[in-house]
Amino acid sequence: MLAQLLANGIILGATLALGAIGLTLTYNVLNFANFAHGSLLSWGAYLAFAFALAFAGSTATGFGPLSFGWPLLFALILSATLTSVLAIVVDFLVFRPLRRSNVQVALVIASFGASLMLRNLIIVIWGPEPKYYTSDIQIQQAILPGVRATPDQMFVVVLALVLVVVLHLFLTRTRLGKAMRAIADNPVLAEVSGVNVRNVIYWTWVVGGSLAAAGGVFYGLTVQILPEMGFNLLLPLFAAAILGGIGSIYGAVLGGFVIGIASDLSVAVISPGYKPAVAFIIMILVLLLRPSGILGEKK
Amino acid sequence: MIGLFSYLVFFLIIASVFAIVCLGLNLQWGYTGLFNIGVAGFFAVGAYSYAILAGPHHAARLGSFGVPFLPALALSMVAAGLAALLVGFPTLRLRDDYLAIATIGIASSIQLVATNERWLTGGTQGARNIVQPLAGAFSSPLRYNLFFLAMMVAFVAVVYLALERMVNSPWGRVLMAIREDETAASSLGKNAFAYRLQSFVIGSMIIGLGGALYASFITFISPEDFLPVLTFQVWAMLIVGGSGNNRGAIIGAVLIWGLWTGSGSLAQMVLPADLQVKGGAIQIVLIGLVLMVVLIFRPRGLFGSRKALIGHGATVPE
Repeated sequence: MLAQLLANGIILGATLALGAIGLTLTYNVLNFANFAHGSLLSWGAYLAFAFALAFAGSTATGFGPLSFGWPLLFALILSATLTSVLAIVVDFLVFRPLRRSNVQVALVIASFGASLMLRNLIIVIWGPEPKYYTSDIQIQQAILPGVRATPDQMFVVVLALVLVVVLHLFLTRTRLGKAMRAIADNPVLAEVSGVNVRNVIYWTWVVGGSLAAAGGVFYGLTVQILPEMGFNLLLPLFAAAILGGIGSIYGAVLGGFVIGIASDLSVAVISPGYKPAVAFIIMILVLLLRPSGILGEKK
Repeated sequence: MIGLFSYLVFFLIIASVFAIVCLGLNLQWGYTGLFNIGVAGFFAVGAYSYAILAGPHHAARLGSFGVPFLPALALSMVAAGLAALLVGFPTLRLRDDYLAIATIGIASSIQLVATNERWLTGGTQGARNIVQPLAGAFSSPLRYNLFFLAMMVAFVAVVYLALERMVNSPWGRVLMAIREDETAASSLGKNAFAYRLQSFVIGSMIIGLGGALYASFITFISPEDFLPVLTFQVWAMLIVGGSGNNRGAIIGAVLIWGLWTGSGSLAQMVLPADLQVKGGAIQIVLIGLVLMVVLIFRPRGLFGSRKALIGHGATVPE
């Protein structure tokens, strides 16, 4: 039973890790807590849903035991692109004017407002009912003694890990990735060293938005797609980013899995109704005991 | 005509509940620069505390204490203050935005308690038959509402005057000094953490008072009343009215509540029944737009003080 809860936690952790990476990146590069980040996950999930619906007429069949085939993977890529565009548009319309007008503190309020607007736009477009990528019911298979998972769930965990490795290579091997880390470390020094800050800000949204879209689709595949999913994930995402250490990408991945696993394991001890509060309690403990997080630098 | 008049009275009672909540948030944000995004949570603590303390005997949930109106309000404020202490203590020493994240957390945790603990709150069924002050002393509902409105106006006035005295006292000046430049204030020997915590707790107590008054007027509360959209409305009120100005907070509350109910009635008239849910979503988008436009083009709000604007976050190169 514990092994099963652990497996469930790892599956949730895959969504949280991808979402927390984007959150910690924008936090670090743009220096504010973006409360609209959760809504990017929702939008990623819904955009992929819309594209998958549009491709549904094609004759493609699912991959082996998975519930989906090429249509959803193409939909995921298109959705990641559009979610990045959405993030850049929100930045252009709302955050950039506020950064300019020297009212940084208002950024948090603006992002909170943007998050509620984005979530309610989903209700206006797609309605409040839950959606699913497929109407097929997948059977859980025993993958280890005492642990059952659907093929989709295993796919989600594997693809999340692949994305993390790709991101690692991007940040350590490419010029752009290094520039991103440089701005996160020391924006002024990066700028005088010739880093094009504006360009890097765009790419930060692209990376954060794409991973958010992937996280949203993963959540949609393993749970369901709901307008409030992103808002409900916001607290676990922040908890993951703070636990890992704000600004630390590897910390965000670690934090995502720890929060996911802790939330699902908690069901063994406390009422499942309080599962969403676990992330909050962990976050308060981290803030009390080690505010810089596990992998964060002390400031 | 009478219908319209009694609707106006009802509208003003709710607007004055919001005015009190908005004044509490103004102490935190406008004067001290604290992001409280858990307004709905502290409001809920005040409302449920009142329901439990002042409630009649109730078989299904806690609450047969029969505490009289004013002491019940005071104790509800204390409960909201304790909740504020719980989040403020670990977070007020840290970066500004950690408080924002923690307050979102406490608001959703309070929502979970309200939903899950039926013995305490009535769960999703809500707490019913909450005691109204002086219930039965008036001959008609309209007269009772007129009395309640007069009482609410008095409460708004008392809170307003108390806050004006507080922010214009040496204590209030230290708050503003910390808001503008924490390092300078600390170097003058002011303990920024202690002042922040005081401001946060007092502000949350005022928000809790708003919640208790709301429960005592509506007589029925459920977890649905304390969704994040409530926090969003109060923030829109404060930003539009102008943070750092208590009069602005009151006027903002009436204006935004007017816009909210007005657009809601319009949506009800115009939209067919199956699109009503979308109407509620459009309302939120509308208020969001108003908030964004004010933040970007008139960050002082209608009446805000210019001084409330200086950012204390690090700048991002543009």
